Amino acid sequence: MPGRPAAQRIVVVGASLAGLWGAATLRKEGFDGVLTIIGDENDPPYDRPPLTKQVLTGWVAPDHTVLPHLEPLGDTRWLLGTPAAQLDRRAGEVVLADGTRVPYDLVLIATGVRNRPWPASDQAALSGVCGVRTREDAARLIDHLDAGVSRVVVIGAGFTGSEVASACRHRGIDVTVVEQAQAPLTGALGGVIGDVAANLHDANGVDLRCGVTVQALEGSGGTFRAAALSDGTTVDADVAVVALGGVRNTEWLADSGLASGPLGVAADAGCRAVAVNGLVTDDVFVAGDVARFAHPLFDYQFLTLEHWENAAVGAQVAARNMICAPEDRRPHACVPTFWSTQFGVNIKSVGVPSLADQIVVTQGSTEAGSFAAAYGDRDGRIVGAVTFDHGRWIDHYRGLIEQAAALPGPYDADLPDKREPARFPPHPAASYHGPTVVVTGHSPTAMDAVRQPAGRSAP
Amino acid sequence: MRVVVDLAVCQGYAQCAFLAPDAFRLNGTEGLMYQPNPSDDLCRAVLRAVAACPVQAIATDAAVPAPADAAVPAARAGDAR
Repeated sequence: MPGRPAAQRIVVVGASLAGLWGAATLRKEGFDGVLTIIGDENDPPYDRPPLTKQVLTGWVAPDHTVLPHLEPLGDTRWLLGTPAAQLDRRAGEVVLADGTRVPYDLVLIATGVRNRPWPASDQAALSGVCGVRTREDAARLIDHLDAGVSRVVVIGAGFTGSEVASACRHRGIDVTVVEQAQAPLTGALGGVIGDVAANLHDANGVDLRCGVTVQALEGSGGTFRAAALSDGTTVDADVAVVALGGVRNTEWLADSGLASGPLGVAADAGCRAVAVNGLVTDDVFVAGDVARFAHPLFDYQFLTLEHWENAAVGAQVAARNMICAPEDRRPHACVPTFWSTQFGVNIKSVGVPSLADQIVVTQGSTEAGSFAAAYGDRDGRIVGAVTFDHGRWIDHYRGLIEQAAALPGPYDADLPDKREPARFPPHPAASYHGPTVVVTGHSPTAMDAVRQPAGRSAP
Repeated sequence: MRVVVDLAVCQGYAQCAFLAPDAFRLNGTEGLMYQPNPSDDLCRAVLRAVAACPVQAIATDAAVPAPADAAVPAARAGDAR
């Protein structure tokens, strides 16, 4: 490899989809040095999307979603069950929570996200309060459902919450879904499609409560009994599923000097991590849910995408870029894609709908719940699309997005050419609570940007 | 055996659900559900489904040699330990 010695030791931090696919790609691309994979869970890499679908409906056992090794990983050292606690870039070592130091020449960060916990820890500790992020979460929830429940209350109607509600209805269990926004899925797909999703909940017998929040989880004898809502009503239930999204696992990087925080770990389009001072590193790479990378197709905005496809593809791009010659590196420029199955409907999306201002239904019928719709930005360029049971058209829309095409009109002659506001909720302005970065030094060549130590105020 | 379907690629042609109905099912008209770790007696049917998928969305570890077979040069593997 011109210009630098070939890496002998690569450490992958994170043993889920991105970590495994990254490791497999390293071997496929010819890395024959020492490969170490670190994971906080005890289990070998397993697939998470089935947990809220075929696992929760009871068809597949929670421990039967182990991911295949698509490449021989050869002599790989697995350090499972202990999380990484620190990245010491000066020493070139990953430090585990038990103090073990693992030296690296190159490191791939793929620590993903964890379930956002219910904020009141005493309420979260009630028996019957569950999440669904890990295999263990799913097994615990299934134990509760199998024991017989009168009602499940799902907190949050994003994709996870909606899939949990769907699985409960599939099992004949009464379910109440509480969503702060005016409809399900609005964060990802906007209010127009949210209204379609709300109809889906209604048609499948879900008690959907939108525009309200859960104020408290009430229990007696350590067991969850009811959820108190902001509209003054109470929902009696035996199980509460907390589906409020994820928290990115970046705390272990706090002293690493990387530009990391609640929004993720910043990276360039080639998956190289960015340091606090804005410079790109050459030995730290990032992939999966925790990566916040500059996407060439969307004005180089930093995007975090918690999608299966982003983890699978991003890890392959990152791994390849880690060991190829610098001039052969490629960007992770894939158009984002995601999918969900709920209430018997196959939902697929490409692009980044949340960047859109307007939406137009292009095929089928939203009333019938089978359609395609395209999202456009304010300049009239297509930035995303969604299909409900129109999945075979997704590739067509992906092609339009890749070509930065104009927002199309309806393809079906009987559809009105109606572009309407996509109705995304305003982005929470105060979502970033990371430490402050300040500029130091006076001479232009001596200036740097560093993280302000916690608690110190500006002079 | 272990199976993963790239559901971004899957287009719901359902050839797998015809050939290996105990491992692949449609939920509704086009949403695929599958057994990620089907039992060994389903292996032949699953491999037929893999071959028949029009968009080649199904991957398995059936053809991947076990770790012991992997070609890791002993000298290199021993480095830097």
